[in-house]
Amino acid sequence: MTVPEELRYTAEHEWVAINGSVASVGVTDYAQNALGDVVYVSVPAPGTAVTAGEPCGEVESTKSVSDIFSPVDGEVIEANPEIEEDPGLVNSDPYGAGWLLRIRLADDGPGPDSLLTAEQYAALVKEAE
Amino acid sequence: MTTPDAAAEPHGTPLRPTPLLRVHERLGATMTGFAGWLMPLRYRSETAENLAVRRAAGLFDLSHMGEIAVTGPGAGATLDYAVTGQPSAMPPGRARYTMICADNGGVLDDLIIYRLAGEEFLVVANAANTEVVREAIVQRADGYDARVADRTADYALIAIQGPAAVRILGPLTDIPLGGVKYYTGHRARVSGCDVLLARTGYTGEDGFELFTRPEDAEDVWDALSEAGSGDGLTAAGLAARDTLRLEAGMPLYGNELGPETTPFDAGLGRVVRFDKPGGFVGRAALEARAAEGPRRVLVGLTGATRRVPRHGYAVLWNGQARGTVTSGAPSPTLGVPIAMAYVDPEVARLARPDTSGTTGTGTTGTTGHALAVDIRGSAEPARMVDLPFYRRAD
Repeated sequence: MTVPEELRYTAEHEWVAINGSVASVGVTDYAQNALGDVVYVSVPAPGTAVTAGEPCGEVESTKSVSDIFSPVDGEVIEANPEIEEDPGLVNSDPYGAGWLLRIRLADDGPGPDSLLTAEQYAALVKEAE
Repeated sequence: MTTPDAAAEPHGTPLRPTPLLRVHERLGATMTGFAGWLMPLRYRSETAENLAVRRAAGLFDLSHMGEIAVTGPGAGATLDYAVTGQPSAMPPGRARYTMICADNGGVLDDLIIYRLAGEEFLVVANAANTEVVREAIVQRADGYDARVADRTADYALIAIQGPAAVRILGPLTDIPLGGVKYYTGHRARVSGCDVLLARTGYTGEDGFELFTRPEDAEDVWDALSEAGSGDGLTAAGLAARDTLRLEAGMPLYGNELGPETTPFDAGLGRVVRFDKPGGFVGRAALEARAAEGPRRVLVGLTGATRRVPRHGYAVLWNGQARGTVTSGAPSPTLGVPIAMAYVDPEVARLARPDTSGTTGTGTTGTTGHALAVDIRGSAEPARMVDLPFYRRAD
């Protein structure tokens, strides 16, 4: 189960990479393994406002459908254009080519410190196993 | 996001392992709880496992299935009364697919019954229903000279399914597989172990189900694995089992069959033998239902997008809910989402594929987007197709 050091995480198994005012979001290696083969991803259209902790899309795998929870407050800028054609990227490269959406951070939202560090997230999934 | 539970344990009761647990652990299987058993859900990818069964062969642990022995001079008569079919008419060595119903004609379980000898039958039930089935047969045996016993703990069950199954199993067994007809069961030896070898399965491929002693299960599994390694034999879990049977148009109890359905609803009226002498439980209700005609029809659907119609989703006809999805999954073999659903007979008639000309593509003729499935709030177009979705070539 890989948990890259430089990223932040949520308890709901999303990862977040923050670059200035833009957050890139995806699901973790733990999540893609639990889901099984991903067949479909849906995220809100660019311009949609999202709220930390609220659902902002869904990941459908062979067996089930799971909500994606927004890790931050902000506005959707873009969805990964590769995912529609190749949803399996979420399984094969969850932290890279399998990214799901990019969000412009709200000025007054909770900062990245409210997210889990790699160490905290790794401890969380270790308990869950 | 929320992730599916790996191995849910109801009320803290530990899940029951099968005799093949060590094999699954060695293969790195993702395990899951199913009907109180600890079972392999998948080993690597359920999509890859499905494709392996269609192209080569798959190896399944089905030891969670229930085995109920019904023996004695009255065994045949007991079963004729207890189930919709006529097990007493089978010669030894044959197997039949049948159902056991309640008084009101509702299905308690679907079964395969093997006649092992004149006074010896083996009833194979779904894991979740084994106790209900045993209890029902015990009650229905009243007045007959027969004994009913749950023998599940005395068996492991290994299935090998796929076009390469004969080629892989043949050298390991002492009986020529060419002589083993579909839906027969024979006492045989596989890799030196006594088994009941049956040419049955739940995938739509050729294949065999091997009932072994629990202590022999690992040896038989390992022998098959080694024999099949050159042919692409792949361990396959419950997830692949479900997409394979769905592609083959086979019902799953709990989805297409249940206490609220009759065999007729599922298009399986052939398992009801009104012509057998004597009564059987549910006869009157089933006769009435047969006379009245279908209240709903089980149909096949394919999705036009990647979104999957799932159990419980509404089937829409011109925007109105006229049915319900019973099972749905992305089909690895067909490459599109597939589903089975119960719909109003009128919709089954109006939405059926245009049979003039195009084959295999399930065109809707003049119906356009009239047929849809409500997928989590969005009406997604669907096509009605004849079942099964997949039929093997030979």
